[in-house]
Amino acid sequence: MAVSLLATIGVIALCTICSLDASLAQAEGHKLVITGSSTMAPLVAEIGKRFETGHPGVRIDVQTGGSSRGIADVINGVADIGMASRALKSQEQHLHGSVIAQDGITIILHRSNPIRELTDDQIRAIYTGGVTHWNQVGGPDAPITVVNKAEGRSTLELFLDYFQVSNRDIHPHVVIGDNEQGIKTVAGNPHAIGYVSIGTAQYDATHGIPIRLLPLQHIPATIETVREGTFPLSRPLTLVTKSPPAGLIKTFIDFARSSQVNDLILKQYFLPLQG
Amino acid sequence: MISSLNNISSRSKGDFLLSWSVRLLALMAGGLLLLVVSFLIHESWPALRDIGLARFFHDPDWSPIDESYRLTAMIWGTLLATAGAILLSAPLGILSAIFCHFYAPPLLSRGYRRMVELLAGIPSVVFGFWGLVVLVPIIGRWHPPGTSLLAGILILTLMIIPTIMLVAHASIAHVPIAYIHSASALGFSRGSLIWHVVIPTTKVGLFTGILLGLARALGETMAVLMVCGNVVQTPSHLFDPIRTLTANIALEMSYALADHRAALFVSGLLLMGLVVLIVSLAEGLRHRNFHVPAK
Amino acid sequence: MSRQNRYLQESGTTAIIWIAATLVAVPFFCLMGDLLWNGLNHLSFSFVFSAPQNAGREGGIGPILISTLFILGVCMGVALPMGLGTALFLAEYTRHDHVPGRLIRGSLDVLAGVPSIVFGLFGNALFCQTFGLGFSILSGGLTLACMVLPILIRTVEESFRAISNEQRLSAAALGLSKPTTIRTILFPAAMPGLLVGVILGLGRAIAETAALIFTSGYVDRMPESLMDSGRSLAVHIYDLAMNVAGGNPHAYATALILVSLLFIINFSSSRMAARWMSFNQLPA
Repeated sequence: MAVSLLATIGVIALCTICSLDASLAQAEGHKLVITGSSTMAPLVAEIGKRFETGHPGVRIDVQTGGSSRGIADVINGVADIGMASRALKSQEQHLHGSVIAQDGITIILHRSNPIRELTDDQIRAIYTGGVTHWNQVGGPDAPITVVNKAEGRSTLELFLDYFQVSNRDIHPHVVIGDNEQGIKTVAGNPHAIGYVSIGTAQYDATHGIPIRLLPLQHIPATIETVREGTFPLSRPLTLVTKSPPAGLIKTFIDFARSSQVNDLILKQYFLPLQG
Repeated sequence: MISSLNNISSRSKGDFLLSWSVRLLALMAGGLLLLVVSFLIHESWPALRDIGLARFFHDPDWSPIDESYRLTAMIWGTLLATAGAILLSAPLGILSAIFCHFYAPPLLSRGYRRMVELLAGIPSVVFGFWGLVVLVPIIGRWHPPGTSLLAGILILTLMIIPTIMLVAHASIAHVPIAYIHSASALGFSRGSLIWHVVIPTTKVGLFTGILLGLARALGETMAVLMVCGNVVQTPSHLFDPIRTLTANIALEMSYALADHRAALFVSGLLLMGLVVLIVSLAEGLRHRNFHVPAK
Repeated sequence: MSRQNRYLQESGTTAIIWIAATLVAVPFFCLMGDLLWNGLNHLSFSFVFSAPQNAGREGGIGPILISTLFILGVCMGVALPMGLGTALFLAEYTRHDHVPGRLIRGSLDVLAGVPSIVFGLFGNALFCQTFGLGFSILSGGLTLACMVLPILIRTVEESFRAISNEQRLSAAALGLSKPTTIRTILFPAAMPGLLVGVILGLGRAIAETAALIFTSGYVDRMPESLMDSGRSLAVHIYDLAMNVAGGNPHAYATALILVSLLFIINFSSSRMAARWMSFNQLPA
């Protein structure tokens, strides 16, 4: 028993040493660590893979966790590049942001809901509790389930900013984290209203998920209207660095902004910089 | 219980090696907790110093942007969801362990056990996912919005039944066969064998299982985050949405900075405190009710 | 008690127990049915072995499967010896009411209650940053080892304790040394409990998401060493279900793979334990 125990420990120690060795060898190659926004992580991971095939010996490691984490990691030096699904704030101007794509935020309802359009005032009233039943805005006689984003998400910040409300005035029935959770919540509840990234919502709506994207100020929520710049609630997807990009970091960011990755961006239902 | 303090076994060369390696490992395991706790305290210290413990209970609400850090609603959410889950899963888990040992035919019993073992390993994400797309809409049709304390209780119940059932199953396997034979010889029916022989002799094991389940329910994050609605409020009935302490940590930790981050660590510390409280209460109960004097 | 009364009581007990067993089984079958229904038609040989593409919507889960196995290996490789040793110490080397045992036991109970996400942050701070392991399979495995230790130790200790003292006394009377007693008498007898501990521990480890996002990371490339970041199956399911639009089908298929993997591990560990017992038990 003691022998087998020692043997196990020995084996693990050996593995550890071997792998440490291997990692030292690797560190001499080039490795970029990218962390941040969960909205952007799948896209940037795909861009990273394509970049690796063109640059042998380079590794792009993408970690997720949220826009603010990306920015914090860049400041702490944990990550080479941060991902933020919003523009840099005024107090973050010492960092360097490079936009790689555009996205928007859309209001979504269940597909069985007969309502086709809501005014900004109606949406504001629903979220602040002035309107509690769908029949008050021309819908069926049913209580509204208000789905809100958790604090700290850039989607929430943009939403509050656009509708000029404070999060304290919103009395939600459900608070969600990531986009897909919001879509699954609305898809499972015929009387819910929520708001998510246009990219995610459009993908799901065209793939049989029972949700409907509402227009804002009569402008339909699609990536085309975001492209034209007419959709009122859009946001840039940004790569953030501590100092002006140079060397491998610059090569990667330039690659991510080039037309070589347009198809990847479109596949995630975001809008590339160059049409 | 026989201990090394009065070792009655024959001496051997392996004694020394084994007893010290075992001690060393135990020390490491014990030290681990110290490490985790000191880490938690270190991280939450800024909040305890700048905000003070009292404000976590007396602030108007939980709104970190406005520096308001009331945790009571989330503590209630955590406690109610856990209590509900234990109330449902403890009897179900124990009864199904008994089912496996005494009622099911051998083949069914083995299959049933395999099934529960699998259930023990299904990721909380899958439970949460299933809860969100299947369970929540059902509850929602009955009493909107669906994401609720009830959904949390049901999902947690499903998640901790395996822990309770498997631990109960293992301890029932240890009931000396002589007890069961004697009971049968005395003409006990199967029912009274269970109520009067099996359950009393396995109390400690059943209890351990419930404690482990309790700990898992308190600490569960992803599944409750997906089905409970995450609204910070003290629930007044089963259909109200709630936010648990763990869901709060998961939702906000990724962007929290400074005092807010420290406040989240305080809620982690608080969860540990809850577990300590429950465990020591349970220990006390165990000693009062079925403590076997150790020699 | 009248015979009829007794009959009623007896059949009442039987009914309650069958109902309870059914109540546990029904949601399980719903869940498994759901997984099979939605996942089975996406399952194929190439899905299991090829690399994920288009954020996991296409391609397979090969590298993720390997990362998961590595993480589990590190976790169990560390937790099993430590857990066994500690459980032996608690059950056989210290008296139940002595201070060291009570301290360790108490601390483990507390450890069992630490939410997994806190373990994630702890692992991130200690293994990734202080030890400099970065986002790696090693960090993830070590973090999980801390997490499953309490459940492992408690179940194993419980099964050592459940062995009746007569067996220890008989061994002593036969002149067996303590290590021999432990190896040939106590271990085989405690094997069912040990197995439960391993299965519960593995179950928790394989199911963990929150702790791994912060430690072993999100990279879905084939790991080349334990120092590489590697995405586990549970993290992959989480990402597909909660973050990737159109990720559902592959989320279901991955969940199905995870459950089958678990089934294989459970099954083979109980077979191994049975063989181990037949090798090591003294002839009766």
